[in-house]
Amino acid sequence: MKISPAHIIRLYDRFEFLDKEGSGQLRLEDFAEVKELAMNPIGDRIIGAFFSPGQETVDFPSFVRILAHFRPTDKNRAKDSTQPEPVNSRTSKLKFAFQLYDQDRDGKISRAELLQVLREMLGMQVTEEQLESIADRAIQEADLDRDDAISFEEFRKSLEKVNIEHKMSIRFLR
Amino acid sequence: MGGLWICTLLLCACLLGCPGLTPSAEVPQSHSQTPKLGFNSSDGSLSLDLPMALRVFSVDYHHVQAPFEIVLWIMLASLAKLGFHWSGRVPAVVPESCLLIMVGLLVGGVIYGVRHSAPPTLSADAFFLFLLPPIVLDAGYFLPGRLFFENLGTILWYAVLGTLWNVLGIGLSLYGVCLLAQGSLGDVSLLHCLLFGSLIAAVDPVAVLSVFQEIHVNEQLHILVFGESLLNDAVTVVLYKLFESFLRLPSVSGLDVLLGGCRVVVVGLGGLFIGLFFGLVAALTSRFTSRAQVIAPLFVFLYSYLSYLTSEMLHLSGIMAIVTCAVTMKQYVEANVSERSNTSIQYFLKMWSSVSETLIFIFLGVSTIQDVHMWSWPFVCSTLLLCLIWRATGVLLLTAVVNKLRRNAVTFRDQFIIAYGGLRGAICFSLVFLIDDFPKKRLFITTTIVVILFTVFVQGMTIKPLVELLEVKRKKRALPTVSEEIHSRLIDHLLAGIEDVVGYWGQHYWKDKFEQFNRKYLRRFLIREDNQARSSILRVYQELERREQRGDEEAPPVVDPRSPSRPLLPEEMDSIRRILSRNLHNFNNKQTPAYSRHTLHQDATMDRTRKPLRRHQSLGERYSYNLHTHWLQVYE
Repeated sequence: MKISPAHIIRLYDRFEFLDKEGSGQLRLEDFAEVKELAMNPIGDRIIGAFFSPGQETVDFPSFVRILAHFRPTDKNRAKDSTQPEPVNSRTSKLKFAFQLYDQDRDGKISRAELLQVLREMLGMQVTEEQLESIADRAIQEADLDRDDAISFEEFRKSLEKVNIEHKMSIRFLR
Repeated sequence: MGGLWICTLLLCACLLGCPGLTPSAEVPQSHSQTPKLGFNSSDGSLSLDLPMALRVFSVDYHHVQAPFEIVLWIMLASLAKLGFHWSGRVPAVVPESCLLIMVGLLVGGVIYGVRHSAPPTLSADAFFLFLLPPIVLDAGYFLPGRLFFENLGTILWYAVLGTLWNVLGIGLSLYGVCLLAQGSLGDVSLLHCLLFGSLIAAVDPVAVLSVFQEIHVNEQLHILVFGESLLNDAVTVVLYKLFESFLRLPSVSGLDVLLGGCRVVVVGLGGLFIGLFFGLVAALTSRFTSRAQVIAPLFVFLYSYLSYLTSEMLHLSGIMAIVTCAVTMKQYVEANVSERSNTSIQYFLKMWSSVSETLIFIFLGVSTIQDVHMWSWPFVCSTLLLCLIWRATGVLLLTAVVNKLRRNAVTFRDQFIIAYGGLRGAICFSLVFLIDDFPKKRLFITTTIVVILFTVFVQGMTIKPLVELLEVKRKKRALPTVSEEIHSRLIDHLLAGIEDVVGYWGQHYWKDKFEQFNRKYLRRFLIREDNQARSSILRVYQELERREQRGDEEAPPVVDPRSPSRPLLPEEMDSIRRILSRNLHNFNNKQTPAYSRHTLHQDATMDRTRKPLRRHQSLGERYSYNLHTHWLQVYE
């Protein structure tokens, strides 16, 4: 199931709107223009997720590819192991969220990375000790192989009760 | 606290005694038979009966009667409010509105008992022209703009369609009841029932606001109910006037109904435009107030009130006008006017709306005591039932439709609060008094009073325990683990961010367009020259420098070496959970009171911004947190 042409046109309109210089590529500054993103505690990470490692710009196909993660999951898809995992499956969505934490791409969320995210989300009201104890607790709950970091499998397991397909979908991208 | 109640009782005594000070007609005449030097009792003043030229002591009540009585009423209302807040455990159980109505009932009863005539009632004019505008202005000025516009579709959906549903439903069912009870209610026509339905169906912003103080609902729910109660004014006013004019016409045709529908649009949009116009003019005026800062707050009030009066004059929706005016002028006025004037504006708004609200409730209580009641069991009971039923079904149906279009579904708990929190208040009361006289008018008045009292007392008092019961039921399911909470919040933020990037539903596109227009034209025109730079980097940087000079920076916290992990005690778990639920910035479901009648909620946000600025490490020196606009600003 592909994104419909109407949606692609809409996304292209949005891409053009964001691309203030008309260069056909989006840069960091273009994303920063989106005000609400600036107010978002993890806004920088979201922006960073659009850029492949080492790239300074985002072209339209990459833009769409990232956004395709947020299409509603096709629940009736046959579990066919020969076909590659579609980009909007539950696993792919979880991987996207995982990479928001794991900035150094080593496949694990270290304690420091978790602390960093907590600091951004909890803002200025919480002391450092409280942050540390929260991070400790989170790692304790999820870390099954006792390596003091959360791997992707552990991450996936800790979210098994959450309806990721619904939470991480934008309806209009159906 | 006891002293306060004694004061209040003394005031009541004064209120009783005041008219007594006006001597009855016979007294001066008997004295005028024997004129004495300097004794002049024809103007109604009492004097000491002394054979002296000078009056040492005299009481001239007539001279000050009107303002004196008004002030006494306001004083009574304010003392009652004070007493309420000092009276320990009562505020937790009984909402303030109930207590005020009870005080009003008490005072009304005492006045009736002593004077054997109806106590002064709330005249519709006084209500609509003097008591209602401050409350609506206060609500509009402190309206959380972003949340309101994001939910505008849903709010309009509830306000327009919901009110129509309620009006038609209640009106038609009541007519059915009247047909069934032909004996006692036979002379109530369909139009009368529809008219009654139109005034009783509307949710009242005053009552809603006052009760929602007590229950802490999330911002989104608050804005839904509150926005609905504000916007349904347009529909209510139109329908009421429509049915009233239909009653005066010899016959009603389909064309009239169609015209009525057009009127809804005209009334709503007309009020909107008047509000916009006055808001922009007020913003422009505030630009020039730098040399006379003391009167700057006055312009806010004058222009808002003017917009209300103008739209009332043109039979448009005054509430919409004043809300639009407040929302429009707010950002420009805040930028133009000094800090102190800003604080004055906010405090005065709060004060006036508080006094107004208190007076309204007390008068509701007082006006209940009159000798014009007409009772009819079937009519009253069926009205009560129908109000509840129609509102519940309306909310359920509308929500089922609107949830398909919203990202954050309106949960069942929210729906219950919306339906149950649809309180009626003084607007219905005043409207019912304005009906042209007809045989059953007293019945309508009595029924309206009963409905208002029922919703305010029963629904107002029970909504909090019921909500908590629902919460408890919800919480009985397994508590989410800390990991789940953190990751879920992260995903919420992620989705919000992606939606912003994508310009979800195009609403952000329009918002961006408006912001561009705002920045290029409006701000430049309406905000004073030097203040336009307020949101620029320079001020932030200067503020930073000032703080560093003052040594406000917190010492970097000592990172203690990693303690060996151990299972956390339940108290620590609880405190962690509390910290998470209170602090994880969740834009869509914050459990903080969004709007408070009694406090300036802005104080909380002000404190937060006073903390030293933080820099986002990931983007290095390029971005910094702006004090005034809460936005990240780009350094260049």
